[in-house]
Amino acid sequence: MKSTNSISVSVNGQVHEREVESRLLLSDFLRHELGLTGTHVGCEHGVCGACTIQLDGEPVRSCLLFAVQTDGHSITTVEGLAEDRDHLHPIQQAFWEAHGLQCGYCTPGILMTMIPFLEQNPDPSEQEIRKALSGNLCRCTGYQHIVDAVSLAARKMKAINSGS
Amino acid sequence: MKPASFDYHRPDTLDEALTLLNRYGDEAKLLAGGQSLVPAMNFRVAQPAVLIDLNNLRELDFVRDNNGSLSIGAMTRERRLEFDPLIARHLPLLTETMPNVAHPQIRNRGTLGGSLAHADPAAELPVIMLALGARLKARSGAAERWITAPDFFKGLFTTDLAPDEILVEIELPFMGAGTGWSFMEVAPRAGDYALMGVAAVIQLDKEGKCQQARLVYLNAGEGPLEAKAASKSLSGADLDDSAIETAARTASQDEIQPFGNLHASPDFQRHLAHELTIRTLKLALARAGKDRLQ
Ligand SMILES: Cc1cc2nc3c(=O)[nH]c(=O)nc-3n(C[C@H](O)[C@H](O)[C@H](O)COP(=O)(O)OP(=O)(O)OC[C@H]3O[C@@H](n4cnc5c(N)ncnc54)[C@H](O)[C@@H]3O)c2cc1C
Ligand code: FES
Ligand code: FES
Repeated sequence: MKSTNSISVSVNGQVHEREVESRLLLSDFLRHELGLTGTHVGCEHGVCGACTIQLDGEPVRSCLLFAVQTDGHSITTVEGLAEDRDHLHPIQQAFWEAHGLQCGYCTPGILMTMIPFLEQNPDPSEQEIRKALSGNLCRCTGYQHIVDAVSLAARKMKAINSGS
Repeated sequence: MKPASFDYHRPDTLDEALTLLNRYGDEAKLLAGGQSLVPAMNFRVAQPAVLIDLNNLRELDFVRDNNGSLSIGAMTRERRLEFDPLIARHLPLLTETMPNVAHPQIRNRGTLGGSLAHADPAAELPVIMLALGARLKARSGAAERWITAPDFFKGLFTTDLAPDEILVEIELPFMGAGTGWSFMEVAPRAGDYALMGVAAVIQLDKEGKCQQARLVYLNAGEGPLEAKAASKSLSGADLDDSAIETAARTASQDEIQPFGNLHASPDFQRHLAHELTIRTLKLALARAGKDRLQ
């Protein structure tokens, strides 16, 4: 192979075929090539979590993947969560209601991390939520409202799943 | 920062990967989970001309029961080690350790082989390899060789692997009945690299005396460090408070060589090692005793 490659990747359900340079990070591919600027970039070495997306349903750092590696895979970004402007994902609704953000820089990465966490732990304790948040840095909130929002999201998601 | 340009290869088989590695030699780097290599490339600390991506090598992603030992493929993700039922059954020390290795988002990509080949002295997995007496299989071209864990780790970010070798498999003997074990560490936050960490593995005889013990430390020198004198002081002993205290003192004062870092002085690391040794040994003892009564 060579230093550019053609890839076909599904992002939020839509397939994109592109020619990408090998060194193009997935975070930059999403932001600059696809215009999906909801995926934020903080540190580019895996520490802050702002760039977290889901690769085949699992949360991963998009700054530590090359776009070329996602050929044939499926990605979800924060833009893929809400049905439309008026119908937020329950976790987005919960962050809104519980003031789970201030500047919002960390928020997309936190949402993309917490959704699979809540799917696996529908009824988490505060301690479990704090631990699950440990890979995402927030410089504004002091985390308290984020913990509250995740806890509220858990209740909302549970209610939806049990059909009530 | 952005990585420098490179040529990208994604072989579908180990043989193809070995051929590529042979062809490009020193110019090439192997890409496993990328959780250590890509940060280094983003900072341009690493600027390989060629990247050989191992992520399509399904043949290196496995946990196999050999009846007496488990073989784990080098490309097995850290997240899988955490939840694999065979590992939980036969190597509970590894299962217990996994949540300490970075964050779930990192473990979803990071691999066992990548962590061992990277050989960070602060990493947990090299410590567990020493504690459990692992051996590691490397391939180059058609040749293969086995390396014991103490021979594999050569120092700071350095292993016994030659530039044309790929680490392919790790074999770990079952932790048998009567084995007591524990891993504990102190880290600034859950998932951060730890300031100090200890794995303790003990084997009790029928009388409840310690037959064999192994204490291995992270961040205690240039690589995973086995405190041999402290471990030896425990064999043949009743693991009472004074034996445990002696081992903790020997390991933390005489054997480990912590460098200190931004968050901890070497003295504080020694203090942590002392305390963690006592706690891990006590828990290991309780577990071994419980096992024996069953
Ligand atoms: C924010 C953050 C926190 C972290 N915290 C921890 C922690 O607390 N504890 C911890 O132990 N680790 C931690 N890590 C590191 C993580 O566990 C890495 O995944 C791991 O060290 C490297 O594994 P990898 O598969 O990602 O390897 P890569 O980054 O892909 O590769 C690492 C090196 O190993 C070589 N290599 C990879 N596979 C092979 C092979 N099969 N044969 C020969 N050479 C090979 C590569 O060429 C490269 O030089 C952290 C990482 C990040 C980003
Ligand atoms: S930008 Fe990826 S983890 Fe910080
Ligand atoms: S809300 Fe500003 S970084 Fe979290």
